[in-house]
Amino acid sequence: MSEQRESLVHVRGLRKSYGDFEAVRGIDLDVWRGEAFGFLGPNGAGKSSTMRMIGAVSPVSGGTLKILGLDPATDGPSIRARLGVCPQDDTLDTELSVRENLTIYGRYFGLSRAECRERADELLEFVALTEKAKVKVDELSGGMKRRLTIARSLVSKPDLLLLDEPTTGLDPQARHLLWDKLFRLKQAGVTLIITTHYMDEAEQLCDRLVVMDGGLIAAEGSPADLIRDYSTREVTELRFGPDVMLADHDALAGKVEDLAQRIEVLPDRLLLYTDDGERAVAAVHERGLEPAAVLVRRSTLEDVFLRLTGRTLVD
Amino acid sequence: MTIAVENGRRMFDYWLTVYKRTWKGTMISSFLLPMLYLAAMGIGLGSFVDSNGTGALGGVSYLQFIAPGLLASTAMQIAVGEATYPVMSGLKWQKFYHSMIATPLRPADVVYGQLGFIAFRVFTSCAVFLVIITLFGGLKSPLGVLGLPVALLVGMAVAGPIAAYATILDNDSGFAMVFRFGVVPAFLFSGAFFPVSQLPDWIEWLAYVSPLWHAVDLSRNLSLGTVDPLLALGNLAYLLAWFLVGTHLAVRGFTKRLIG
Repeated sequence: MSEQRESLVHVRGLRKSYGDFEAVRGIDLDVWRGEAFGFLGPNGAGKSSTMRMIGAVSPVSGGTLKILGLDPATDGPSIRARLGVCPQDDTLDTELSVRENLTIYGRYFGLSRAECRERADELLEFVALTEKAKVKVDELSGGMKRRLTIARSLVSKPDLLLLDEPTTGLDPQARHLLWDKLFRLKQAGVTLIITTHYMDEAEQLCDRLVVMDGGLIAAEGSPADLIRDYSTREVTELRFGPDVMLADHDALAGKVEDLAQRIEVLPDRLLLYTDDGERAVAAVHERGLEPAAVLVRRSTLEDVFLRLTGRTLVD
Repeated sequence: MTIAVENGRRMFDYWLTVYKRTWKGTMISSFLLPMLYLAAMGIGLGSFVDSNGTGALGGVSYLQFIAPGLLASTAMQIAVGEATYPVMSGLKWQKFYHSMIATPLRPADVVYGQLGFIAFRVFTSCAVFLVIITLFGGLKSPLGVLGLPVALLVGMAVAGPIAAYATILDNDSGFAMVFRFGVVPAFLFSGAFFPVSQLPDWIEWLAYVSPLWHAVDLSRNLSLGTVDPLLALGNLAYLLAWFLVGTHLAVRGFTKRLIG
């Protein structure tokens, strides 16, 4: 990364409106070749709108957007020829077999039928679906469908892979399997752009990310940088049980305020941001408070998001 | 233009692959139903009509009178069928159109590929039906085989506008309107079974507006050898206009729906 960095996606002042609604309200960013770049934010933050513009299927409403050095307004097909897109919904053809979904998709990129067959076999191997090659897509599990969608997005050997909420709706095991595949792609030098509202996913996969909220970028950096800049090393979570109301939480927060650098009051718990969580717990007990449950943990991107927006990522 | 042809061809492959799986299911609607009509109306009702004199039909057997019209009607029905539910599926249910435009294909290419497949379905089904008609003695003159290109044209004339209509619908309930107020009345009142001059004036004029009447009229005149060149050109121009305007509207509708 120390040499000349090549910007695959160059964004300045980018906007997107649908009628009166502004989904993206002026964002700046660059995605460098070879990195895994993330958009982290809740539903409605403008991530998917941004991804559709980067995918060259949605015209920009304002600002500058260059993808692979080209302008999507004039070079849409040339850009899309070098992108792999894994959309949020699996847009697979359920009538066709697993393998046909890949061979047909290759045809859209102008690959010959022989190339399509060859690529399909390689990719089925890669996503561990070789045994399912002849099965109809209808019969696959959710995780298998996602893997097939990712395989499909790789048919044309893209320079840039766009993944919109790649693991939403999958069980933990399927997610880890998918993360492993994406990690291997990154190792192989494919540039990844990922949107997610899961902070663990962002931490696992992204070298660098932007936190989006309300159509704007709230912060940018590596997961570790963001946590360092916007949170403390540790967090102490105090739960006072179901009979303690939100109003009581505010009162309790007043009693422990000075024990932490910052306090967040959530409906079900208090978060004490401090560099030494255990010491905070001891101090809470010294003051005669008896929380029903105590948890000391490391800060995550969830805390960064809470700090930046005052809201949790997943409601 | 060459890009459109190449891209349309790439997409056409998709439909062929799908069709390899689904063609058996289309046999009933594409062949069996028209054959039943041919047998029931042409031969059953026909023997009754013929025994009462065929002067009103221009002196040909009832079978020969309706066969060219049935061919055109079949083309229309296949085209409408392929331009309704499959299009809705691509836009909304399975969303495969959305995955197509994430590739170098453009919405216009998706339309051309879709229409190309509809043309293929109409042409192959009608070709088989034409062979059956011929075996039944339904063609009066060899020129009647020109009913096949006419059938293709009427199929394309309705496919474009219907596909465009599908892009403005949120769900498939709007298709019931197409069948109830479009396809069924057109099938019954576009002169396939009796001359439209038998109808009250205002319905007769409605028949002239329908593209199917033009196809039925042209196809029948070719088979019976009663072609009036000027009228035939008018029929062709009218069908071609429906095809061109419809395709334009479909491209616009697909672009609006898929790119936003």
